[in-house]
Amino acid sequence: MSKIHVTTTINGDPVEFLADPRETLLDCLRDKVGLTGSKEGCGTGDCGACSVELDGTLVCSCLVLGVEADGKSVSTIEGMASDNDLHPLQRKFIEHAALQCGFCTPGILVAAKKLLEVNPDPTEEETRYWLAGNLCRCTGYDKIVRAVMDAAAEMRQEVA
Amino acid sequence: MRYHSPTSFTDAAGIAAGASGLTRFLAGGTDVLVQMRAGMVQPDDLIDLKKIPGVGDITRTDDGGWRIGVAVPGIALGANAGLKTDWPGVVEGMELVGSTQIQGRATLAGNLCNGSPAADSVPGLVAAGATVEITGPEGTRTLPVEELPAGPGKTHLAKGEMVSAILLPPRGQHGGDAYLRFIPRTEMDIAVVGCAVNLTLDGDTIKSARVALGAVAPTVILVPEAAEAIIGTTLDDAAIAKLESVAKSAAKPISDKRGTSEFRVEIAGVLAKRAARIAYARAKGEQA
Repeated sequence: MSKIHVTTTINGDPVEFLADPRETLLDCLRDKVGLTGSKEGCGTGDCGACSVELDGTLVCSCLVLGVEADGKSVSTIEGMASDNDLHPLQRKFIEHAALQCGFCTPGILVAAKKLLEVNPDPTEEETRYWLAGNLCRCTGYDKIVRAVMDAAAEMRQEVA
Repeated sequence: MRYHSPTSFTDAAGIAAGASGLTRFLAGGTDVLVQMRAGMVQPDDLIDLKKIPGVGDITRTDDGGWRIGVAVPGIALGANAGLKTDWPGVVEGMELVGSTQIQGRATLAGNLCNGSPAADSVPGLVAAGATVEITGPEGTRTLPVEELPAGPGKTHLAKGEMVSAILLPPRGQHGGDAYLRFIPRTEMDIAVVGCAVNLTLDGDTIKSARVALGAVAPTVILVPEAAEAIIGTTLDDAAIAKLESVAKSAAKPISDKRGTSEFRVEIAGVLAKRAARIAYARAKGEQA
């Protein structure tokens, strides 16, 4: 099986790897690039734990082939904090204890970050619909939604 | 598995026609990659169509219709204000497919070619009178959307052929369309029954109509007798009653874990009348 040379940009850095065409972007991120923040929950696009942005679009990286990332830019959870400063969503998730086992958290943070980019002032209903593709089996979602709403308020410089 | 990323549909057709084993085309990949992972489908040749120029574009055609590329994801349909104004029913059908993440990848062409009778985007396309442009080794042909699926997971595409664009007709004046589905939860589920209605008005009277039902037969079906039940009427109570009864007679569903045959027949009638009312209101320029 011949491997394909992939040149891509991940979190702003140029990255190259060799991919078997059957390998998903998630496999490539975790096993070839060493970015293990994106998780594999289901591998079939149902759970959202592998959420990344591909050229600015929120996708499940388990439903993208590694070779499809060639020439594109990928943003993962590892690119969310800047230097030593956590993203407001990350801080609010800690403050609200919006995680228990933490397996779904990277995917939810990536998805919530995109939500607040396209809709800085979402209603609770909009937030829940946007995050419907991110499954969490611990929290019951309530603390997650509150953390996202609080982070949104902070980013709009309001007090929630 | 060999991965191909041709830069024209003609080249893609050539690769597919010359392939000896199992071939799959890759657009959004939200069905193909799941089938590969589950071991249901192990393609020998995977032909990625996303490197072909124009596949990500939504363009208005010279006649006032729309041409939608095979790699346009759901999220891009809703973001196109002109398309949403002309064909809200088509757009709302596609937007019901999967999560935000799936919307970032899944395509109309893929939803159609996957061949599911419950595909949410297909009844809207059928009701709209959409056609598909098909490119194959022999050249290009067009086909009404309702004639593409052959049964669950099957299409009438010949070896080497693929859908190369989705074509929507001109909306014209005083028209409206709508799609509704029934699922037992609020989001992220497969249609138990789906129904799309598209109509145009002359004053208050319905001048033309097309009604399509999903998940009540081996393919999405066009129901001409349901359209006839409302054409020439003002969608009064008698017309609604006729539409409901005709839609129920046209439904020939199976019973499965998501709904019994009897339930699906009942719901087909309910959705037909509700979708018709929304399409009618939209045709009158009212919010619905």
